[in-house]
Amino acid sequence: MITTLPAGSAGMPPSAHPGRFGDGIPAAAAPDGIVEVRGISKTYGGGVEALNNISLTFPEGALTSLLGPSGCGKTTLLKIIAGLVAPTAGEILVKGRRVTGPGPERSFVFQDFALMPWATVLRNAAFGLELRGVARSEREAVAERYIEAVGLKGFEHKYPHELSGGMRQRVGLARALAVNADVVMMDEPFSAVDEQTRRRFQEDLLRLVAQERKTFLFVTHSIEEAVYVSNRIVLLSRRPSRVQRIIEIDLPRDGDPDRIRRHPDYLDTVEDIWQGLRHYVE
Amino acid sequence: MLIGGYRIPAMASLVVWAIVWEIVGRADLTLLIPPLSATLVRLAEIAGTESFWEAVGITARTFAAGSAVAILVGVPVGILMGRVPLLDRLLLPWVNVFISAPLSALVPVIMAIFGFGETTIVLTVVLFAIWIVILDARAGTQSISPSLVEMARVYGASRWQAFSKIYVLSALPEILTGIRLGLLRAVKGVIIGQLLVSVVGFGRLFEIYSSNFLMEHMWAMLIVLFGLAFLIDTLLGAIERRVDYFAGSRN
Repeated sequence: MITTLPAGSAGMPPSAHPGRFGDGIPAAAAPDGIVEVRGISKTYGGGVEALNNISLTFPEGALTSLLGPSGCGKTTLLKIIAGLVAPTAGEILVKGRRVTGPGPERSFVFQDFALMPWATVLRNAAFGLELRGVARSEREAVAERYIEAVGLKGFEHKYPHELSGGMRQRVGLARALAVNADVVMMDEPFSAVDEQTRRRFQEDLLRLVAQERKTFLFVTHSIEEAVYVSNRIVLLSRRPSRVQRIIEIDLPRDGDPDRIRRHPDYLDTVEDIWQGLRHYVE
Repeated sequence: MLIGGYRIPAMASLVVWAIVWEIVGRADLTLLIPPLSATLVRLAEIAGTESFWEAVGITARTFAAGSAVAILVGVPVGILMGRVPLLDRLLLPWVNVFISAPLSALVPVIMAIFGFGETTIVLTVVLFAIWIVILDARAGTQSISPSLVEMARVYGASRWQAFSKIYVLSALPEILTGIRLGLLRAVKGVIIGQLLVSVVGFGRLFEIYSSNFLMEHMWAMLIVLFGLAFLIDTLLGAIERRVDYFAGSRN
């Protein structure tokens, strides 16, 4: 079942509309979002207005995608939430606390992986914990668990240049999960990965999302990808970005991954979003 | 290289030039160029003297001390310049002036302040070596991928952690290039310093040889110094290639 909400009622919990196929969304009953975006605007020096008065709520335990045309400022919004970029106006609340910079309750997966080329997979995956001063044996045990969870068991002592793009991004994901943050942000994580690898990765991501029960914020420019992995999609308009539409998605996520891609709701939603976006392209 | 189907070893040209040198020397064309063989005999002879080893000792000591200062000061300063725009604005003009300035002209000034001892030579080495070390460390730091810097911030790296765990290692290929070029300049510095001070080490030997017109001795010393510079360069080049391999894929 697909529900479209007007942009104003963004605070609705994702499980308010249970689907026919049972609850694919991890239990997230709290009506207040874990991440609140309040009146965020961003104007870059030189007068480029990237974001214009965006207000949003990200529900806990769900995967929310920010979807929009290229250059619409979705990555900027994600980096503002991460505390990497300061907004021109507005504020971000994470778990009720105002964001002034990065924090341990948030982790980030980078578009270009951002791995240290001189460090092994194990050290890269454990790096967040290393920075927090966690003892070596302890952090490596945690990292090994997540390296296995992302499907890289046996590659612990390889270096990034020995891995394919998809495998490197799995290391980036293991690093983001290993710090046990409440909110995992992913900035177009699959854009530098080839198509076949991407599909496998998307399927694995769904499994991890269900297992980890964390809140995921996901930036993508691919409609199919957003519909496939998300519990809800925030559709952003072209620059200066505003929230155009919020789409709740409730597809059966526990069964055969290919069933989702053939599901009528999946296909309808992709078509629906495309119809809404196509006038930007034409 | 292949000539007439035979593989010619890489160092073969040295043999050709050695033969040319020997011929010119034996032809007695000029007093300035003694035969190579006589020079090598002289070299062996000099190598047995105490003053030669004293000169080698002074050279090694001042070279090591000056290079160490140039690296230990130059690398952090370069990294800081690459990360802190204010510091960069303040220091970059000076670095650029000094890297192209005729530094030998400054040695008498150092001499006037620090006298005719080893301190002056050490400072000359620093003066010659440090600027390229700073510039390359700065360039390496500026080429760090922005997402690696963001990664450090997102995962809560302190300033010191970002510096020691990310910036230094990320800039390592450029830093090592800078160190290699810096050490080659340090070789120039240690020789020029000694020549200008001219009362210690090789400077004193050169002073004695040239004032007494001992050309064989002069050439023997030059072979030693050129060989030393070449050896250091080869050694550093090999280390640099190994590190490049690890830091090779920047993304």
